[in-house]
Amino acid sequence: MSMLRLERVSKRYGGVHALQDADLAADAGSIHAVLGENGAGKSTLIKILAGVVKPDQGRIILDGQEQHFASPVAANRAGIVCVFQELSLIPQLSVADNIAISNPPRRFGMIDRRAQRRMAEEALARAGAEDIHPRALIKDLSLSRRQMVEIAKALGRRPRLLILDEATSALTAADVTKIYAVLKRLRGDGLALIYISHRMHEIVELADQCTIFCNGRNVANFAAGSKSDDEVIELMIGRRTAHEVDHSARPAVPPPATRTAAPALVVHGRPLLEARGLSWSGRLKDVSLRVHAGEVVGLGGLDGQGQRELLLALFGVLRGLSGQILIDGVPLTIASPSVAKSARVGMALIPEDRKTEGLMLPMSVRDNLSFAALGGLSRFGVINRAAERAEVARIVELLSIRTDGTAIPVGSLSGGNQQKVVIGKWLMITPRIILLNDPTRGIDVGTKREIYPLLRQLAQGGAAILFYSTDYAELIGCCNRVLVLYGGALKRELVGAEVTERALIGSALNLGADAAAAAVAHPKAA
Amino acid sequence: MNRGGPPEADRSDANATLSSVAPGLPESDWGYRLREQRDTLAAFVGFAVMFSIYIGNHPAGLTANVLTTASNKGVLLALVAMAQTFAVLTAGIDLSVGMVLVLANCLASYIVVGSGLTTALGVAGVLLTGLLCGAINGAIVIFGRLQPIVVTIATGAIYYGLALALRRVPGGDVNDSLAGALTGQLAGGVPASIVALLAVVIVVWLPFRRSVIGRAAYAVGSSEIAAYMSGVPVRRAKFVAYTLSGLLASMAGLFVTFITYSGEASAANGSTYTLYSIAAVVLGGVSLFGGSGSAIGAVFGALMFRTIGDLLFVFNLEPLWQPLFQGVVLLVAVCLGSARLFRIRNRLDLFS
Repeated sequence: MSMLRLERVSKRYGGVHALQDADLAADAGSIHAVLGENGAGKSTLIKILAGVVKPDQGRIILDGQEQHFASPVAANRAGIVCVFQELSLIPQLSVADNIAISNPPRRFGMIDRRAQRRMAEEALARAGAEDIHPRALIKDLSLSRRQMVEIAKALGRRPRLLILDEATSALTAADVTKIYAVLKRLRGDGLALIYISHRMHEIVELADQCTIFCNGRNVANFAAGSKSDDEVIELMIGRRTAHEVDHSARPAVPPPATRTAAPALVVHGRPLLEARGLSWSGRLKDVSLRVHAGEVVGLGGLDGQGQRELLLALFGVLRGLSGQILIDGVPLTIASPSVAKSARVGMALIPEDRKTEGLMLPMSVRDNLSFAALGGLSRFGVINRAAERAEVARIVELLSIRTDGTAIPVGSLSGGNQQKVVIGKWLMITPRIILLNDPTRGIDVGTKREIYPLLRQLAQGGAAILFYSTDYAELIGCCNRVLVLYGGALKRELVGAEVTERALIGSALNLGADAAAAAVAHPKAA
Repeated sequence: MNRGGPPEADRSDANATLSSVAPGLPESDWGYRLREQRDTLAAFVGFAVMFSIYIGNHPAGLTANVLTTASNKGVLLALVAMAQTFAVLTAGIDLSVGMVLVLANCLASYIVVGSGLTTALGVAGVLLTGLLCGAINGAIVIFGRLQPIVVTIATGAIYYGLALALRRVPGGDVNDSLAGALTGQLAGGVPASIVALLAVVIVVWLPFRRSVIGRAAYAVGSSEIAAYMSGVPVRRAKFVAYTLSGLLASMAGLFVTFITYSGEASAANGSTYTLYSIAAVVLGGVSLFGGSGSAIGAVFGALMFRTIGDLLFVFNLEPLWQPLFQGVVLLVAVCLGSARLFRIRNRLDLFS
């Protein structure tokens, strides 16, 4: 009998089914891999198991007993421990403090530091990370070492079911090898492991069972090694076969007709934006790209492969960047966002998190819209209110922002309209280069539909657009070309008709590395 | 499935840059201990240097009387600084410490009098009042989910109002022998107040530092989300921190009474102590962003801050210069403390 069974578990966020009638079974002494593209419902599944999110429907059965976890602590008590992708470590405490945090050993009511030290050393040893000093502060450790501490912390809680969510994504090769050995040993000890990864070769190496999620549903269960890579991709894309991508299944996508509106542009002359060999902090590796006026270039790949860093690098946010950025063929040092938005560069970045990086929520729609453009709307530091009002009205009209006047706080608008304000704010400086960081994440279908034609329209008006999206269908619908990133490096360029869901997922998972390597049309060679 | 994915060589190369452990990490246990206490040690060294200069230039040199006077003044601010430390560690702030001090002072000038028993009850009453003031702050912060800065400004005004109701005009009295004992000298000329401060550190701070709740307070100040996700008692930690802040502030109030032998509802005193407590905490290496530092560091920060005034005295500068010099020292300390910002690679990290 399986140690853990999920039966018909569902979870909705607003009108969206994040998880629908999902089943899953995990056995003691086995490693169960869960696969799926971005937004397939894997994270929701894990959060439900870890007690972070409550399911709307369905049952969680552990050892034949139905469970209702009220909190992460309750799930821990039942023996379920999760290593999250976002680190849960406390930066200013030591490694030992962190490993023991949820239940430190005590003597006379005080924390017994010696016992805690032993506990930490033991947990670090179990995770194969004996070289980490228990007294080191988390904030002084590299990302990979922190992730190892995170795993040690999980093991310190003596789990029976261990969930690893992209646990190796930040690890160095040496640490990955250690973790493989650790996971295999834990399997031998009779633990049930649920392993979420986008790295196919890891799954081949580790998994006993595989489950594929697609659009919130569990679409396939099979023994590891019983399906080919192609079959796995097919299942991850779901419903569609190799012939034609059926856009009607995804209402968020512009109709197929727009695909013909986004062919491989034949571009001439100097690119408006060019990057040569950008590298930063191990998160960007020798990325070169060119974007011409009139082009919409997509950034693809799995979430967190350096797309965000690339956009921040271009926008002048990152320090210690190596490589070169050329605007109109002229090398420029973009030292800060204010240089990036200056008339000489004319760059705008539509950020991913509109609530923190895009908007000042309590301030009015008008104030938010005019912020980036205030330089042009003021004289001697005094804002020309009439000009401001006229410009704001123009943008509200252009983007059809639904708002009850422009004096109300932007926080009172719907998510989609808030996102339009973020976009509108940057359109007010009439940028020549527009960088978008997953701008449609979490907004409604209607707004998405209005944003796509706007992007095309801006490109036709002569702007160069670099567009990162986690929604593959969006990239297919909007982009002339798509650059796929993997591990901080540019792995593949898909042009025009090559931009298909299958090609996007295949290259995002970095499958068929040989073919991909050949296909990367390096801008230098162009 | 076929074996796909990047060849191993590619992976190790790709990850090479990530693998380097942050440079400059110590190797030995002692190295880590030293590093952990670095800010506290810096505050101690700063104080030791300034105090040595002071004593070296004092006309009387190192006598028991000079030491006792310095100690009494220093301990007063040190207690308020300790109080502030509790709140600041949780990434909060307690702007009512000065007013709790004033309230405790006014109350003590009524009830810490008479026989041994009534005096003891009076002390207990003053400390309980401080505890209660702190608990009210904590309860409002966690249940009202309000910003500590606003909450404690408001409650501070209320506590001052109560103090004013108690003592419209300065006056009152305090148990002579207790006051004399605590502000005087022990055998060998050791100032009693410094020993009392040591006792408070041992009885209040060290157990807090080593308790689960103390650990939780650090965790909350460092990363509230991570603390919550790790099952740390976030609310209890904040509540206890503000409560202890009130307790320590009332101890300072008691001490004021022992020095002045009277009670005075002085708004100026209250505000000054509040502001100085924040300065002392910063000088002592406690991060205003929460999660790091120690009350012991704050104690040395307070002693250092007090010594500035004394230094002006021995160098025959007018006391008028005192605020200016205190400001300069504070600014220099803060600048040294923020040198780490130069190492930040993603500018967005500056704001988080």
